[in-house]
Amino acid sequence: MSNRPFAHLDALESESIHIMREVAAECANPVLLFSGGKDSIVMLRLAEKAFRPCRFPFPLMHIDTEHNFPEVIEFRNHRAKELGERLIVRSMEDSIKKGRVVLRSETQSRNAFQSVTLLDAIAEFGFDACIGGARRDEEKARAKERIFSFRDEFGQWDPKNQRPELWDLYNTRTHSGENIRVFPISNWTELDVWEYIFREKLEVPSIYFAHEREVIRREAGLLPVSHLVQPEPGEQAQKMTVRFRTVGDMSCTCPVASDAASIEAIIAETAMTRITERGATRMDDQTSEASMELRKKEGYF
Amino acid sequence: MAAIEKGSLDQTELLRFITAGSVDDGKSTLIGRLLHDSKSIFEDQLSSITSTTRRRGMEGVDLSLLTDGLQAEREQGITIDVAYRYFATPKRKFIIADTPGHEQYTRNMVTGASTANLAVILIDARKGVLTQSRRHAYLASLVGIPHLVVAVNKMDLVDYSQSVFDEICKDFSRFAERLNFHHIDFIPISALRGDMVVERGDQLNWYKGMTLMDLLENISISHDVNREDFRFPVQWVCRPHTKELHDFRGYMGRIESGAIQVGDAITVLPSGLNSRVKEIVLYEGPIEQAEAPQSITLTIEDHLDISRGDVLVKTGDLTQVTKTFDAMLCWLSEQPLDPARKYLIKHTTRVVKAVVSRIDYRVDVNTMDHEASDKLTMNDIAHVNIKVQQPLVCDDYQRNRATGCFIVIDESSNNTVGAGMICTAV
Repeated sequence: MSNRPFAHLDALESESIHIMREVAAECANPVLLFSGGKDSIVMLRLAEKAFRPCRFPFPLMHIDTEHNFPEVIEFRNHRAKELGERLIVRSMEDSIKKGRVVLRSETQSRNAFQSVTLLDAIAEFGFDACIGGARRDEEKARAKERIFSFRDEFGQWDPKNQRPELWDLYNTRTHSGENIRVFPISNWTELDVWEYIFREKLEVPSIYFAHEREVIRREAGLLPVSHLVQPEPGEQAQKMTVRFRTVGDMSCTCPVASDAASIEAIIAETAMTRITERGATRMDDQTSEASMELRKKEGYF
Repeated sequence: MAAIEKGSLDQTELLRFITAGSVDDGKSTLIGRLLHDSKSIFEDQLSSITSTTRRRGMEGVDLSLLTDGLQAEREQGITIDVAYRYFATPKRKFIIADTPGHEQYTRNMVTGASTANLAVILIDARKGVLTQSRRHAYLASLVGIPHLVVAVNKMDLVDYSQSVFDEICKDFSRFAERLNFHHIDFIPISALRGDMVVERGDQLNWYKGMTLMDLLENISISHDVNREDFRFPVQWVCRPHTKELHDFRGYMGRIESGAIQVGDAITVLPSGLNSRVKEIVLYEGPIEQAEAPQSITLTIEDHLDISRGDVLVKTGDLTQVTKTFDAMLCWLSEQPLDPARKYLIKHTTRVVKAVVSRIDYRVDVNTMDHEASDKLTMNDIAHVNIKVQQPLVCDDYQRNRATGCFIVIDESSNNTVGAGMICTAV
C-alpha cells in the first residue's frame, strides 16, 4: 500500500462527494443550484463522481436575474443537456411582474433580489435542501457558515445560532417549511477550483478567458459596457484585454485586466494575485463591510 | 508567467489545524501573522484593516482585524463562533479552524477540533500555564488531535528570556503527562513582531528548533488516519435500472479507514453476511484497490440485502456491533440533557433512537478531576452509558475517530445538542 499522503485535491474532492451523497440520502427533496459559473461547473463534476452511473437524485436549478452574460446562459443550457439532467429555470423577471420584486431602475444590480425568486422557487417545488457552490474563502460572512446551513421558514440565516457541526456527521433534519443550504465545496479556495478545472479538463464559459471588451473605469473597478451599463457624462469607454474572475449580474460584475488565455495561465495568475476574488469583481460587496452578511440573513445564498 | 510545476498538483497535502488560546493571548494576531507572512493577505483586505485600525485611533496595521467576521463581532470586538481560514504554501494547503477562547465556548473548541490534525495552544509568556491552557490541552486530547504545538507568545514582553520559556515548557509537560499526546512541540514566538512564526527574527537565537510555519509544513500527518481497519459505511445504493446496467447494484460511500482490494472477503454488519469485492468503481473507471479517505462505489459477488447505515468490514475483522456503549459526551445545548427523553444519535451513516442510561461522572475540564453528577448542561463533558434502539457498528474513538464519533440530535427542535466519543462497547 502506498504511503503517499493524499493529495489535497483528492482529499477535497472526496469530502465533497461524501457531502453530496449525504444530502441525497437524508433529504427528501434536494436541488442543485447551477449558474454556469466556475464553482457550479465544479459542483456538476462532483455530482457526476458522486452518483454515476445513476442519474442525479436531484434536478438542477438556476435563478436567472436576466442580467446574465449571454455566453454563460448558453453554456448553462449546453451543459445541462450534455448531462441529460433536468434543469429548472426561475426568472427574476417573473418575480418583478408579480410585484414580488420592486426595482428602483431597470439597470440596478439584481444580485440582492435573487433571494426573493429563490425563496419563491423553494416554496413552489417544496425543496428541503439547496446545494450550492459557495466557498468559505470568498467572504468573511461565508467563513463562519456551516457546510449544512440551516434556514428558518423565512429563509433566514441566524449566524449567532448555528447548529454545531462536528466531524463529518451532518445534521440534515428540518421541520416542514424550513430548508438547508448545503455547500459541498466550502473548504475549497479559488485556486483549488481552477486547479480542479485543469485536472478534470472541464469546459468553462469563454468570458473567464482573456478577451477584448469595451469597459468603463468606475470607482476602483472596470465595468463592462452593455445595454445595462453605458458611459456616464465624463466617463469614456475603452477597449481592454480583460477576463472575468466571477460571473454574475452584468451591471455589477467587473472584469480584471488580464491576458490569461488558458486554464494554466489563469492558475498562475490566481496563485499570484494580490486582490481577493470579490474585492476586485463585485461592486455590490463593497457597499459596506457587512453587505454579504446582511444579504445572507435575508435568505441570499 | 510561471508554468505549473510538474507534479505539484499531486503532492500538496492538506493540513487542518486549530488555534486555541485565552482572550488576549494574541491568537488573532498569530493567525493574521501566518496569513500576512505567508503572503496570503490580499491588498484589498490589508487596506480595509489599515483604515479600520486608523478609525479606531490606533497606529500601524492591527493584524487581528483580519479574522473579524460578522458585524456583531466587529461591534463588540469579540469572536462568537468557529471561523475557517485558508492559506497555502508550496508544500501544503492549510485550513485553520479559528475558535474563540472564552470560558463558555468549550463547544466551539470541540467543534473546531473534531476535524483537526493539529492544535496550536497559545500561552502568554508573561502569564504562564493558565487554567484555560490546561482546558484547551485536555479538550484537544479528548477529541484525539494527534499533534500538539505549544506556542509561547509575547516573548518580546519578557525580553525573549530563555528561562521564562523553559519554565513554561516544564510546567506544561508535567501537566500533560496525564493526557495522551505522543509528542508535544514547544516554540517561543512573538506574533506581534513576527519572531519564529514564519521568519526566525534575530531575538531568539538560543532557540534551535523549527519556526511555527516550518513545523506546520513538515509534520508528518500520513498516519493520522487508521490504515489497518477497513471500514466502509454505506451511504447510498446506486441502481441505475438502465438497459446496459440492469443488474448493477453499487454501494457508494467513503472508506473511513483502512484499504480494500478487488477479491477481498468482506462481511456486512450488523447482519454478518459474507461476500467478496467484485469491483471498485470510480467515475474514471474501475480500479484494483482503494484506501481511506477515498469516496468509491463497490460491487460485490452476491446479491445481499445491504442498505444505507450498514458497514462493510474485512471478514474476520474484530469490531463491535452493539446496542450499548460507554462514551465521553460533550453537551452543546442550552437545554440540559433530560435522561428521561429519547434522543437521536447519528453515527457513521446511521441514525438511531437513543437514551443516556447512566451518567458515571462529569469531568472538571480545568483540573481533569471527576465529579459525581446527575445532570449535564451546556459545555459539560461526562462519561456516560448510552443505549440505542438498533445496533451500531463502532470502534473505540481513540483507535478510529470516524467510527468512534457520534452526534446527538434533539428530535423536537432538530438541533445538534451533543457530541460523543465512544470509549468501549459493553
